[in-house]
Amino acid sequence: MKGNYVLGIEGTAWNLSAAIVDEKNVVIEKTATYKPRAGGIHPREAAQHHASHITALLKNVLCYASENNITLDAVAFAQGPGLGPCLRITATAARTISLSCNIPLIGVNHCIAHIEVGIWKTEAEDPVTLYVSGANSQVLAYRGKKYRIFGETMDIGIGNALDKFARAAGLEHPGGPKIEKLARSATHYVQLPYTVKGMDFSFSGLTTACMESLKNGELLPDVCYSFQETAFAMLVEVTERAVAHTGKKEVLLAGGVGANKRLVSMLQIMCDERGIDFYAPEKRYMGDNGTMIAHLGYLQYKAGDTTPIEKSAVNPNFRPDEVTITWKHPQHRQ
Amino acid sequence: MILAAGAEAVIDLVDDVVVKHRIEKKYRLSDIDLKLRQERTRSEAKIMSAARRLGVSTPIIYDLNTVDIVMEYIYGTQLKHVIDTTLVRKAGEIVGILHRGGIIHGDLTTSNMLYCKDRIYFIDFGLSFFDTSTEARGVDVHVFFQTLKSSHEKPEELKTAFMNGYRMTLAEADQVFQRVREIEKRGRYT
Repeated sequence: MKGNYVLGIEGTAWNLSAAIVDEKNVVIEKTATYKPRAGGIHPREAAQHHASHITALLKNVLCYASENNITLDAVAFAQGPGLGPCLRITATAARTISLSCNIPLIGVNHCIAHIEVGIWKTEAEDPVTLYVSGANSQVLAYRGKKYRIFGETMDIGIGNALDKFARAAGLEHPGGPKIEKLARSATHYVQLPYTVKGMDFSFSGLTTACMESLKNGELLPDVCYSFQETAFAMLVEVTERAVAHTGKKEVLLAGGVGANKRLVSMLQIMCDERGIDFYAPEKRYMGDNGTMIAHLGYLQYKAGDTTPIEKSAVNPNFRPDEVTITWKHPQHRQ
Repeated sequence: MILAAGAEAVIDLVDDVVVKHRIEKKYRLSDIDLKLRQERTRSEAKIMSAARRLGVSTPIIYDLNTVDIVMEYIYGTQLKHVIDTTLVRKAGEIVGILHRGGIIHGDLTTSNMLYCKDRIYFIDFGLSFFDTSTEARGVDVHVFFQTLKSSHEKPEELKTAFMNGYRMTLAEADQVFQRVREIEKRGRYT
Protein backbone atom coordinates (compact mmCIF):
# COMPACT_ATOMS: atom_id res chain seq x y z
CA MET A 1 0.00 0.00 0.00
CA LYS A 2 1.30 3.40 -0.94
CA GLY A 3 2.00 5.70 1.98
CA ASN A 4 1.11 9.34 2.29
CA TYR A 5 3.65 12.13 2.08
CA VAL A 6 3.34 15.61 3.49
CA LEU A 7 5.63 18.59 2.90
CA GLY A 8 6.06 20.96 5.85
CA ILE A 9 7.49 24.47 5.77
CA GLU A 10 8.72 26.22 8.92
CA GLY A 11 9.76 29.85 8.96
CA THR A 12 8.27 31.51 12.03
CA ALA A 13 11.50 33.19 13.13
CA TRP A 14 15.20 32.65 12.40
CA ASN A 15 15.09 29.20 10.84
CA LEU A 16 13.74 28.44 7.39
CA SER A 17 13.28 24.73 6.98
CA ALA A 18 11.33 22.38 4.72
CA ALA A 19 10.81 18.65 5.15
CA ILE A 20 8.85 15.74 3.74
CA VAL A 21 7.63 13.00 6.06
CA ASP A 22 5.52 9.88 5.80
CA GLU A 23 3.86 8.05 8.66
CA LYS A 24 7.10 6.84 10.24
CA ASN A 25 10.06 8.62 8.68
CA VAL A 26 11.61 11.89 7.67
CA VAL A 27 12.23 11.53 3.93
CA ILE A 28 14.23 14.73 3.57
CA GLU A 29 14.80 17.96 5.48
CA LYS A 30 16.63 21.04 4.22
CA THR A 31 17.34 24.15 6.25
CA ALA A 32 18.58 27.71 5.71
CA THR A 33 19.33 29.59 8.90
CA TYR A 34 19.24 33.36 9.25
CA LYS A 35 22.18 34.74 11.21
CA PRO A 36 21.98 38.40 12.21
CA ARG A 37 25.08 40.39 11.25
CA ALA A 38 25.02 42.07 14.64
CA GLY A 39 22.66 42.07 17.61
CA GLY A 40 19.51 39.97 17.64
CA ILE A 41 16.93 38.84 15.11
CA HIS A 42 15.55 41.68 13.01
CA PRO A 43 12.08 40.63 11.80
CA ARG A 44 12.36 42.34 8.41
CA GLU A 45 15.86 41.04 7.75
CA ALA A 46 14.80 37.54 8.78
CA ALA A 47 11.86 37.74 6.35
CA GLN A 48 14.19 38.96 3.56
CA HIS A 49 16.48 36.04 4.30
CA HIS A 50 13.56 33.60 4.05
CA ALA A 51 12.33 35.23 0.84
CA SER A 52 15.71 34.96 -0.84
CA HIS A 53 16.28 31.32 0.17
CA ILE A 54 12.86 29.72 0.01
CA THR A 55 12.78 29.07 -3.74
CA ALA A 56 16.10 27.20 -3.82
CA LEU A 57 15.24 25.36 -0.61
CA LEU A 58 11.89 24.11 -1.88
CA LYS A 59 13.32 23.27 -5.30
CA ASN A 60 15.92 21.13 -3.59
CA VAL A 61 13.31 19.26 -1.53
CA LEU A 62 10.79 18.90 -4.37
CA CYS A 63 13.43 17.67 -6.85
CA TYR A 64 14.48 15.02 -4.35
CA ALA A 65 10.84 13.97 -4.06
CA SER A 66 10.33 13.64 -7.82
CA GLU A 67 13.63 11.80 -8.30
CA ASN A 68 12.45 9.28 -5.72
CA ASN A 69 8.94 8.99 -7.16
CA ILE A 70 7.34 10.60 -4.13
CA THR A 71 4.03 12.34 -4.77
CA LEU A 72 2.96 14.82 -2.16
CA ASP A 73 -0.49 14.43 -0.60
CA ALA A 74 -0.55 17.77 1.21
CA VAL A 75 1.52 20.83 2.07
CA ALA A 76 1.66 22.17 5.63
CA PHE A 77 2.99 25.47 6.96
CA ALA A 78 3.29 27.13 10.34
CA GLN A 79 0.38 29.56 10.52
CA GLY A 80 1.70 31.03 13.78
CA PRO A 81 2.77 32.06 16.32
CA GLY A 82 5.79 33.87 14.97
CA LEU A 83 7.09 37.02 13.34
CA GLY A 84 4.46 38.36 10.91
CA PRO A 85 6.81 39.17 8.00
CA CYS A 86 8.45 35.72 8.23
CA LEU A 87 5.14 33.86 8.53
CA ARG A 88 3.84 35.51 5.37
CA ILE A 89 6.79 34.27 3.28
CA THR A 90 6.24 30.59 4.13
CA ALA A 91 2.45 30.91 3.94
CA THR A 92 2.70 32.34 0.42
CA ALA A 93 5.02 29.53 -0.66
CA ALA A 94 2.72 26.88 0.83
CA ARG A 95 -0.37 28.35 -0.87
CA THR A 96 1.47 28.42 -4.18
CA ILE A 97 2.43 24.75 -3.94
CA SER A 98 -1.07 23.81 -2.81
CA LEU A 99 -2.66 25.53 -5.82
CA SER A 100 -0.13 24.50 -8.45
CA CYS A 101 0.08 20.84 -7.37
CA ASN A 102 -3.63 20.74 -6.51
CA ILE A 103 -3.04 19.27 -3.04
CA PRO A 104 -4.65 20.31 0.27
CA LEU A 105 -3.15 23.15 2.30
CA ILE A 106 -2.73 22.65 6.05
CA GLY A 107 -2.06 25.50 8.47
CA VAL A 108 -0.56 24.20 11.70
CA ASN A 109 0.18 25.70 15.09
CA HIS A 110 3.93 25.97 15.61
CA CYS A 111 3.79 25.21 19.39
CA ILE A 112 1.68 22.09 18.90
CA ALA A 113 4.09 20.95 16.16
CA HIS A 114 6.89 21.06 18.76
CA ILE A 115 4.86 18.84 21.11
CA GLU A 116 3.77 16.39 18.41
CA VAL A 117 7.24 15.88 16.96
CA GLY A 118 8.46 15.19 20.51
CA ILE A 119 5.76 12.56 21.01
CA TRP A 120 6.59 11.11 17.60
CA LYS A 121 10.34 10.89 18.17
CA THR A 122 10.30 9.70 21.81
CA GLU A 123 8.23 7.15 23.73
CA ALA A 124 6.13 9.86 25.39
CA GLU A 125 2.38 9.40 24.95
CA ASP A 126 0.57 11.89 27.13
CA PRO A 127 3.14 14.24 28.65
CA VAL A 128 3.17 17.57 30.39
CA THR A 129 5.29 19.56 27.92
CA LEU A 130 7.74 22.28 28.84
CA TYR A 131 8.13 24.29 25.65
CA VAL A 132 11.02 26.73 25.82
CA SER A 133 12.28 28.76 22.88
CA GLY A 134 13.24 32.32 22.06
CA ALA A 135 9.79 33.82 22.10
CA ASN A 136 7.81 31.11 23.87
CA SER A 137 7.88 29.61 27.32
CA GLN A 138 4.87 27.50 28.16
CA VAL A 139 3.81 24.49 30.17
CA LEU A 140 1.15 22.56 28.28
CA ALA A 141 -0.83 19.37 28.67
CA TYR A 142 -3.60 17.65 26.78
CA ARG A 143 -7.11 17.78 28.19
CA GLY A 144 -10.49 17.68 26.51
CA LYS A 145 -9.30 17.75 22.87
CA LYS A 146 -6.98 20.69 23.43
CA TYR A 147 -3.46 21.40 24.51
CA ARG A 148 -4.14 23.59 27.51
CA ILE A 149 -1.65 26.12 28.73
CA PHE A 150 -1.10 25.52 32.44
CA GLY A 151 1.59 28.12 32.88
CA GLU A 152 3.47 30.57 30.72
CA THR A 153 5.70 33.60 30.75
CA MET A 154 4.07 36.87 31.69
CA ASP A 155 6.57 38.86 29.63
CA ILE A 156 9.43 37.54 27.44
CA GLY A 157 10.41 33.99 26.51
CA ILE A 158 13.37 32.38 28.27
CA GLY A 159 15.43 32.26 25.05
CA ASN A 160 14.95 35.97 24.42
CA ALA A 161 15.82 36.66 28.06
CA LEU A 162 19.11 34.75 27.69
CA ASP A 163 19.87 36.44 24.35
CA LYS A 164 19.08 39.88 25.72
CA PHE A 165 21.46 39.40 28.62
CA ALA A 166 24.08 37.91 26.32
CA ARG A 167 23.96 40.97 24.07
CA ALA A 168 24.34 43.28 27.06
CA ALA A 169 27.35 41.20 28.15
CA GLY A 170 28.90 41.48 24.69
CA LEU A 171 28.32 37.86 23.69
CA GLU A 172 27.35 36.98 20.15
CA HIS A 173 23.92 35.75 19.00
CA PRO A 174 22.65 33.19 19.88
CA GLY A 175 23.62 33.77 23.49
CA GLY A 176 22.17 30.66 25.14
CA PRO A 177 24.99 28.22 24.31
CA LYS A 178 27.64 30.78 25.31
CA ILE A 179 25.94 31.43 28.64
CA GLU A 180 25.75 27.68 29.26
CA LYS A 181 29.45 27.29 28.58
CA LEU A 182 30.48 30.25 30.75
CA ALA A 183 28.27 29.03 33.59
CA ARG A 184 30.47 25.95 33.95
CA SER A 185 33.37 28.02 35.25
CA ALA A 186 31.35 29.89 37.90
CA THR A 187 32.51 29.99 41.50
CA HIS A 188 29.43 31.26 43.36
CA TYR A 189 25.73 32.03 43.16
CA VAL A 190 24.63 35.65 42.80
CA GLN A 191 21.27 36.52 44.43
CA LEU A 192 18.62 37.12 41.76
CA PRO A 193 14.82 37.58 41.81
CA TYR A 194 12.81 34.36 41.50
CA THR A 195 9.41 35.15 40.03
CA VAL A 196 6.71 32.50 39.97
CA LYS A 197 3.14 33.72 40.44
CA GLY A 198 0.70 30.88 40.69
CA MET A 199 1.43 28.94 37.50
CA ASP A 200 3.13 31.75 35.59
CA PHE A 201 6.70 32.97 35.49
CA SER A 202 8.46 36.15 34.44
CA PHE A 203 11.96 36.69 33.04
CA SER A 204 12.14 40.40 32.34
CA GLY A 205 13.05 41.49 35.88
CA LEU A 206 15.53 38.65 36.17
CA THR A 207 17.29 39.73 32.96
CA THR A 208 17.61 43.32 34.19
CA ALA A 209 18.90 42.12 37.56
CA CYS A 210 21.58 40.08 35.77
CA MET A 211 22.73 43.16 33.83
CA GLU A 212 22.84 45.11 37.11
CA SER A 213 24.92 42.41 38.81
CA LEU A 214 27.40 42.59 35.98
CA LYS A 215 27.64 46.38 36.33
CA ASN A 216 28.15 45.97 40.06
CA GLY A 217 31.27 43.96 39.46
CA GLU A 218 30.08 40.35 39.58
CA LEU A 219 32.00 38.17 37.13
CA LEU A 220 30.32 37.06 33.91
CA PRO A 221 30.57 33.28 34.56
CA ASP A 222 28.94 33.73 38.00
CA VAL A 223 26.09 35.78 36.58
CA CYS A 224 25.56 33.32 33.70
CA TYR A 225 25.43 30.45 36.19
CA SER A 226 23.04 32.26 38.54
CA PHE A 227 20.79 33.30 35.65
CA GLN A 228 20.47 29.69 34.47
CA GLU A 229 19.97 28.28 37.95
CA THR A 230 17.23 30.79 38.78
CA ALA A 231 15.36 30.83 35.48
CA PHE A 232 15.42 27.06 34.99
CA ALA A 233 14.30 26.41 38.58
CA MET A 234 11.25 28.59 37.87
CA LEU A 235 10.45 26.59 34.73
CA VAL A 236 10.90 23.24 36.46
CA GLU A 237 8.79 24.30 39.45
CA VAL A 238 5.81 25.20 37.26
CA THR A 239 6.27 22.01 35.22
CA GLU A 240 6.17 19.99 38.43
CA ARG A 241 3.02 21.81 39.57
CA ALA A 242 1.34 20.99 36.27
CA VAL A 243 2.36 17.34 36.71
CA ALA A 244 0.87 17.27 40.23
CA HIS A 245 -2.27 19.03 39.05
CA THR A 246 -2.95 16.85 36.01
CA GLY A 247 -1.70 13.57 37.46
CA LYS A 248 0.20 12.85 34.23
CA LYS A 249 3.17 10.48 34.36
CA GLU A 250 5.46 11.97 31.71
CA VAL A 251 7.32 15.19 31.02
CA LEU A 252 8.45 16.19 27.53
CA LEU A 253 10.94 18.93 26.75
CA ALA A 254 10.51 20.94 23.52
CA GLY A 255 11.96 24.05 21.92
CA GLY A 256 15.45 25.34 21.20
CA VAL A 257 16.37 26.09 24.83
CA GLY A 258 15.87 22.36 25.40
CA ALA A 259 19.42 21.94 24.09
CA ASN A 260 20.69 23.27 27.44
CA LYS A 261 22.15 20.39 29.44
CA ARG A 262 21.56 21.97 32.84
CA LEU A 263 17.84 22.41 32.10
CA VAL A 264 17.68 18.77 30.98
CA SER A 265 19.37 17.58 34.17
CA MET A 266 17.07 19.64 36.41
CA LEU A 267 13.99 18.19 34.72
CA GLN A 268 15.47 14.72 35.01
CA ILE A 269 16.01 15.17 38.77
CA MET A 270 12.46 16.44 39.27
CA CYS A 271 11.00 13.52 37.30
CA ASP A 272 13.14 10.99 39.17
CA GLU A 273 11.98 12.41 42.50
CA ARG A 274 8.35 12.07 41.43
CA GLY A 275 8.90 8.67 39.84
CA ILE A 276 7.72 9.74 36.40
CA ASP A 277 9.31 9.52 32.94
CA PHE A 278 11.25 12.30 31.29
CA TYR A 279 11.65 12.59 27.52
CA ALA A 280 13.68 14.91 25.34
CA PRO A 281 13.92 14.29 21.60
CA GLU A 282 17.28 14.56 19.87
CA LYS A 283 18.46 18.11 19.31
CA ARG A 284 17.42 18.41 15.64
CA TYR A 285 13.77 17.96 16.65
CA MET A 286 13.99 20.32 19.62
CA GLY A 287 14.67 23.66 17.90
CA ASP A 288 12.49 24.93 15.04
CA ASN A 289 12.51 22.47 12.15
CA GLY A 290 10.53 21.63 9.02
CA THR A 291 9.96 18.05 10.13
CA MET A 292 7.69 19.03 13.00
CA ILE A 293 5.47 21.07 10.68
CA ALA A 294 5.36 18.22 8.16
CA HIS A 295 4.53 15.69 10.90
CA LEU A 296 1.68 17.72 12.41
CA GLY A 297 0.54 18.39 8.85
CA TYR A 298 0.54 14.63 8.33
CA LEU A 299 -1.59 14.05 11.45
CA GLN A 300 -4.07 16.73 10.41
CA TYR A 301 -4.15 15.43 6.83
CA LYS A 302 -5.08 11.94 8.03
CA ALA A 303 -7.84 13.49 10.15
CA GLY A 304 -9.17 15.45 7.16
CA ASP A 305 -8.30 18.66 8.98
CA THR A 306 -7.15 20.90 6.10
CA THR A 307 -7.18 24.67 5.64
CA PRO A 308 -9.08 26.39 2.84
CA ILE A 309 -7.07 29.21 1.21
CA GLU A 310 -9.47 31.84 2.53
CA LYS A 311 -8.76 30.68 6.08
CA SER A 312 -5.01 30.46 5.64
CA ALA A 313 -4.10 33.95 6.82
CA VAL A 314 -1.14 33.94 9.22
CA ASN A 315 -1.69 34.61 12.92
CA PRO A 316 1.40 35.96 14.74
CA ASN A 317 -0.33 35.41 18.11
CA PHE A 318 -1.77 31.96 17.35
CA ARG A 319 -2.25 30.27 20.75
CA PRO A 320 -2.08 26.48 20.98
CA ASP A 321 -5.29 26.31 23.03
CA GLU A 322 -7.22 27.78 20.09
CA VAL A 323 -6.77 24.48 18.22
CA THR A 324 -9.21 21.60 18.63
CA ILE A 325 -7.26 18.39 18.24
CA THR A 326 -8.76 16.32 15.44
CA TRP A 327 -6.12 13.69 14.89
CA LYS A 328 -5.83 10.22 16.34
CA HIS A 329 -3.77 10.31 19.45
CA PRO A 330 -2.76 8.04 22.33
CA GLN A 331 -4.20 10.70 24.63
CA HIS A 332 -7.70 10.10 23.31
CA ARG A 333 -7.81 6.91 25.32
CA GLN A 334 -8.23 8.90 28.51
CA MET B 1 -0.25 10.40 59.40
CA ILE B 2 0.25 12.07 56.02
CA LEU B 3 -2.91 14.01 55.17
CA ALA B 4 -1.76 15.27 51.78
CA ALA B 5 1.34 15.50 49.62
CA GLY B 6 1.44 18.14 46.91
CA ALA B 7 4.12 19.37 44.56
CA GLU B 8 5.44 21.79 47.16
CA ALA B 9 4.62 20.51 50.64
CA VAL B 10 3.64 17.55 52.78
CA ILE B 11 0.82 17.93 55.29
CA ASP B 12 1.35 15.70 58.30
CA LEU B 13 -0.91 15.09 61.29
CA VAL B 14 1.17 14.64 64.43
CA ASP B 15 -0.52 14.40 67.87
CA ASP B 16 -3.60 16.31 66.77
CA VAL B 17 -1.65 19.15 65.20
CA VAL B 18 -0.99 19.71 61.53
CA VAL B 19 2.55 20.24 60.28
CA LYS B 20 2.92 21.70 56.82
CA HIS B 21 6.45 20.98 55.66
CA ARG B 22 7.83 22.50 52.47
CA ILE B 23 9.83 19.83 50.68
CA GLU B 24 13.40 20.31 49.54
CA LYS B 25 13.74 20.34 45.78
CA LYS B 26 16.95 18.70 44.65
CA TYR B 27 16.77 20.16 41.15
CA ARG B 28 17.13 23.63 42.66
CA LEU B 29 20.37 25.08 43.96
CA SER B 30 20.25 24.76 47.77
CA ASP B 31 20.78 28.54 48.12
CA ILE B 32 17.69 29.26 46.04
CA ASP B 33 15.70 26.39 47.47
CA LEU B 34 16.07 27.17 51.16
CA LYS B 35 15.50 30.90 50.76
CA LEU B 36 12.39 30.27 48.69
CA ARG B 37 10.92 27.78 51.14
CA GLN B 38 11.59 30.12 54.06
CA GLU B 39 10.03 33.11 52.30
CA ARG B 40 6.97 31.15 51.26
CA THR B 41 6.47 29.67 54.72
CA ARG B 42 6.68 33.10 56.30
CA SER B 43 4.38 34.66 53.72
CA GLU B 44 1.78 31.90 54.09
CA ALA B 45 1.70 32.33 57.87
CA LYS B 46 1.43 36.08 57.50
CA ILE B 47 -1.50 35.82 55.12
CA MET B 48 -3.29 33.27 57.32
CA SER B 49 -3.05 35.65 60.25
CA ALA B 50 -4.24 38.56 58.10
CA ALA B 51 -7.24 36.47 57.01
CA ARG B 52 -8.07 35.71 60.65
CA ARG B 53 -7.97 39.39 61.48
CA LEU B 54 -10.56 39.96 58.75
CA GLY B 55 -12.79 37.48 60.56
CA VAL B 56 -12.20 34.53 58.23
CA SER B 57 -11.88 31.16 59.97
CA THR B 58 -8.47 29.61 59.36
CA PRO B 59 -6.47 27.13 61.45
CA ILE B 60 -4.67 28.79 64.39
CA ILE B 61 -0.90 28.82 63.90
CA TYR B 62 0.93 27.37 66.91
CA ASP B 63 4.47 27.55 65.69
CA LEU B 64 6.62 28.55 62.76
CA ASN B 65 9.94 26.90 61.96
CA THR B 66 12.08 27.80 58.98
CA VAL B 67 10.12 25.71 56.49
CA ASP B 68 7.30 24.32 58.69
CA ILE B 69 3.99 25.72 59.83
CA VAL B 70 2.53 23.99 62.87
CA MET B 71 -1.19 24.64 63.11
CA GLU B 72 -4.55 23.60 64.47
CA TYR B 73 -6.23 20.51 63.02
CA ILE B 74 -9.78 21.27 61.96
CA TYR B 75 -12.08 18.33 62.60
CA GLY B 76 -14.23 19.19 59.63
CA THR B 77 -15.51 17.83 56.35
CA GLN B 78 -14.27 19.12 53.03
CA LEU B 79 -16.92 21.36 51.51
CA LYS B 80 -17.01 19.17 48.41
CA HIS B 81 -18.67 16.39 50.42
CA VAL B 82 -21.41 18.51 51.99
CA ILE B 83 -21.87 21.27 49.44
CA ASP B 84 -25.28 22.90 48.96
CA THR B 85 -26.46 26.36 47.92
CA THR B 86 -26.55 27.66 51.52
CA LEU B 87 -22.94 26.65 52.21
CA VAL B 88 -21.58 27.82 48.87
CA ARG B 89 -23.31 31.17 49.39
CA LYS B 90 -21.54 31.41 52.73
CA ALA B 91 -18.25 30.53 50.98
CA GLY B 92 -18.95 33.38 48.54
CA GLU B 93 -19.34 35.81 51.44
CA ILE B 94 -16.01 34.69 52.89
CA VAL B 95 -14.16 35.02 49.56
CA GLY B 96 -15.66 38.52 49.27
CA ILE B 97 -14.28 39.36 52.72
CA LEU B 98 -10.81 38.08 51.75
CA HIS B 99 -10.84 40.05 48.51
CA ARG B 100 -12.08 43.20 50.26
CA GLY B 101 -9.18 42.78 52.67
CA GLY B 102 -6.70 42.57 49.77
CA ILE B 103 -6.08 38.83 49.99
CA ILE B 104 -6.11 36.51 46.99
CA HIS B 105 -6.31 32.87 48.08
CA GLY B 106 -4.78 31.50 44.89
CA ASP B 107 -6.22 28.00 45.09
CA LEU B 108 -9.93 28.26 45.83
CA THR B 109 -11.36 24.77 45.60
CA THR B 110 -14.06 22.94 47.53
CA SER B 111 -11.27 20.77 48.99
CA ASN B 112 -9.60 23.80 50.56
CA MET B 113 -12.72 24.73 52.52
CA LEU B 114 -13.62 22.71 55.61
CA TYR B 115 -17.07 22.65 57.13
CA CYS B 116 -16.91 22.37 60.92
CA LYS B 117 -19.41 23.29 63.64
CA ASP B 118 -21.48 25.49 61.35
CA ARG B 119 -18.43 27.40 60.18
CA ILE B 120 -16.41 27.24 56.96
CA TYR B 121 -12.65 27.21 57.50
CA PHE B 122 -10.33 28.22 54.68
CA ILE B 123 -7.09 26.27 54.43
CA ASP B 124 -3.98 26.07 52.23
CA PHE B 125 -2.80 29.62 51.71
CA GLY B 126 0.30 28.28 49.96
CA LEU B 127 -0.40 30.18 46.75
CA SER B 128 -1.92 33.25 48.40
CA PHE B 129 -0.77 36.81 47.91
CA PHE B 130 -1.86 40.38 48.58
CA ASP B 131 -3.54 42.06 45.60
CA THR B 132 -6.62 44.21 45.07
CA SER B 133 -6.73 44.13 41.25
CA THR B 134 -9.85 42.97 39.42
CA GLU B 135 -7.67 40.58 37.41
CA ALA B 136 -6.33 38.76 40.50
CA ARG B 137 -9.80 38.58 42.06
CA GLY B 138 -11.22 37.36 38.76
CA VAL B 139 -8.68 34.55 38.42
CA ASP B 140 -9.36 33.53 42.04
CA VAL B 141 -13.13 33.30 41.45
CA HIS B 142 -12.60 31.64 38.07
CA VAL B 143 -10.55 28.85 39.65
CA PHE B 144 -13.41 28.24 42.10
CA PHE B 145 -16.02 28.14 39.31
CA GLN B 146 -13.88 25.61 37.47
CA THR B 147 -13.96 23.32 40.52
CA LEU B 148 -17.73 23.62 40.70
CA LYS B 149 -17.95 22.69 37.03
CA SER B 150 -15.54 19.76 37.16
CA SER B 151 -16.55 18.11 40.41
CA HIS B 152 -20.13 18.98 41.31
CA GLU B 153 -23.62 18.43 40.03
CA LYS B 154 -25.77 21.46 39.23
CA PRO B 155 -22.75 23.80 38.98
CA GLU B 156 -24.89 26.67 37.69
CA GLU B 157 -27.08 26.69 40.80
CA LEU B 158 -24.01 26.61 43.06
CA LYS B 159 -22.34 29.32 41.02
CA THR B 160 -25.36 31.62 41.39
CA ALA B 161 -25.46 31.03 45.14
CA PHE B 162 -21.74 31.78 45.41
CA MET B 163 -22.18 34.98 43.43
CA ASN B 164 -25.00 36.12 45.70
CA GLY B 165 -22.82 35.62 48.75
CA TYR B 166 -19.82 37.34 47.14
CA ARG B 167 -21.97 40.35 46.24
CA MET B 168 -22.97 40.72 49.91
CA THR B 169 -19.41 41.42 51.04
CA LEU B 170 -17.63 42.92 48.05
CA ALA B 171 -18.90 46.12 46.45
CA GLU B 172 -16.98 45.54 43.20
CA ALA B 173 -18.39 42.01 42.80
CA ASP B 174 -20.01 42.59 39.41
CA GLN B 175 -16.81 44.04 37.98
CA VAL B 176 -15.06 40.84 39.08
CA PHE B 177 -17.74 38.64 37.45
CA GLN B 178 -17.34 40.60 34.23
CA ARG B 179 -13.61 39.84 34.34
CA VAL B 180 -14.30 36.17 35.06
CA ARG B 181 -16.26 35.98 31.80
CA GLU B 182 -13.26 37.46 29.95
CA ILE B 183 -10.88 35.03 31.65
CA GLU B 184 -13.11 32.11 30.63
CA LYS B 185 -12.72 33.15 27.00
CA ARG B 186 -8.94 32.95 27.29
CA GLY B 187 -9.37 29.24 27.93
CA ARG B 188 -6.65 28.91 30.53
CA TYR B 189 -6.33 27.63 34.10
CA THR B 190 -8.47 24.58 33.43
